Amino acid sequence: MVSAYFDFVRIRFLTMLAYRVNYYSGIVIYAINIGAYYFMWRAIYGDAETLGGFTAAQMTTYIAVSWMARAFYFNNLDREISNEIRDGSVAVQMMRPISYLLVKMMQGFGEGIFRMLMLMVPGMIVAVLLFPVSLPTDPMRWVVFFVMLWFSFLINSQLNLLTGLFAFFVENNEGLMRMKRVLIDLLSGVLLPITFFPGWAKTLLEWLPFQAITYLPSSVFTGRLNGAEVWNALYVQIVWFLVLIVPILLMWRSARKRLFVQGG
Amino acid sequence: MLAIDVNRLRKQFKVQKNREGLKGAMLDLFKREHTLVTAVKDISFQIPQGEICGYIGENGAGKSTTIKMLTGILVPTSGQIHVNGFVPHKDREQFVKEIGVVFGQRSQLWWDIGVIESFRLLRKVYRVDETDFKRRLDELIETLDLGDLLNRPVRKLSLGQRMRCELVAALLHQPSILFLDEPTIGLDIIVKTQIRDFLKKINREHGTTILLTTHDLQDIDALCSRVIMLDDGHIIYDGGLDELKDRWSKGREIVFQFTDAVTLDRVNSLTAGLDVRWTKENEMAAKVWIPREMNVSDVLARVVSSAEISDIKILETNTDEIVREIYRTGSPEAGEGIRG
Repeated sequence: MVSAYFDFVRIRFLTMLAYRVNYYSGIVIYAINIGAYYFMWRAIYGDAETLGGFTAAQMTTYIAVSWMARAFYFNNLDREISNEIRDGSVAVQMMRPISYLLVKMMQGFGEGIFRMLMLMVPGMIVAVLLFPVSLPTDPMRWVVFFVMLWFSFLINSQLNLLTGLFAFFVENNEGLMRMKRVLIDLLSGVLLPITFFPGWAKTLLEWLPFQAITYLPSSVFTGRLNGAEVWNALYVQIVWFLVLIVPILLMWRSARKRLFVQGG
Repeated sequence: MLAIDVNRLRKQFKVQKNREGLKGAMLDLFKREHTLVTAVKDISFQIPQGEICGYIGENGAGKSTTIKMLTGILVPTSGQIHVNGFVPHKDREQFVKEIGVVFGQRSQLWWDIGVIESFRLLRKVYRVDETDFKRRLDELIETLDLGDLLNRPVRKLSLGQRMRCELVAALLHQPSILFLDEPTIGLDIIVKTQIRDFLKKINREHGTTILLTTHDLQDIDALCSRVIMLDDGHIIYDGGLDELKDRWSKGREIVFQFTDAVTLDRVNSLTAGLDVRWTKENEMAAKVWIPREMNVSDVLARVVSSAEISDIKILETNTDEIVREIYRTGSPEAGEGIRG
């Protein structure tokens, strides 16, 4: 049974590999994004030493790392799920003695591994060569970062599952999916580190799951968080991961009840 | 033991009503109106193990809705279902291990990977033993003639090839019940025949219970000993196919091609005293309808002895026509009479 789930990871990885040419351009796009933000932030910093608690050097690394983390955790599970719900093929999937949601997570993970190898690693090498990115030397920080990256993937995918499952309840969740995408980019700290938000927004964001996706792991990696703060950040991620399981299961159960295979 | 036991099964859907005009659209934005549609109306039927049962009805009669409830995809509004002793929507994970499902219009294979990869994945999903899997796969591949397709990705298969692979996918875990929702839709006659023969074979050799919906009545003719006919959510017929034909076929027809022009009066006079009905086909031809209990030879003898005939054609009412007739007149009230 477990090996079936791993097969879903493997098969998604192989499928992505078959279309790998699509992703070569992705490396360029991510490098351009990092470049654009790098130059923008340099202009904003001007002569300033620190802004929002970031030195200019930390900001460069933060941008590079955040985008590269995004390359790994980003996936289109929400779109896949909502498409499968709308064209009714979710019905076929539910006829297998296997958990639909876990299969989706596994497929997302297969995609994540692919994106890590084909996008994140080469993209990071390009970014390090082009921009003054300083990587941490402490191996422990690398280890913690990759653990946190794993939770970034989990939390982001959980939010995708939730958004995708909304297709069971509304006829069209396109708008919701777009909103979620913008929200995650904005509120997770890819576009703007959380420290730059005004005080009340910062407090609000600390109570939302988005910061756990990018801001926390990137802050740990760039050395903005140290000592106990690191474990605290990881702890926040774990809590969010566990908390988000609840609404997903509730939604899945009520979806099963009102399931109405459209077009069938 | 009963393979399928359905008792007063009902399914209602809430369908969104879209009000007209701009005002209606604005109102819809705040408060949706719904209408309740009943797709399946308190139907009951039992299917014993090992039977091949055809489930027919017009589009929108509620066939697919029933199949979806039987396979646990849809939750019934009321009534009881037991399939293999399970309540499908409750014991889903246990239940689906013992059924196979093929939707003619929906693929259950993975689009981008090779056929054999899909089969291997299904083996793991259903936890089929490796040696069992090999034996079963070889058998299925041989009977369905799939050998050279196995390494192709599903998206590159033709519909007929895909359909045969779907059947293998549905049967790899040796289910005791097979649900087929329009399995032969859009297929050419050769593949159709191949699939029918195959279904008969697995029914005979493994005792697999088969419930199939179809619009192709030749499927029914070839496969089913029993037919359940649905109209507007009600069962209007449940019984043997032969019985259905007997009750509904209203006789036979003979088309006579005369050597000279004929009139309706003239042909009527030929069979004076017999309870038959003539219609004119064209100048030289006429058709006579003969009730079931009368011998065709009686009519033939009368006509042939007193008119010059160049050709004769005897038409037996086929299942298509019978069913078309039932669909046309079929209402639950009319149905009571034939339920038997």
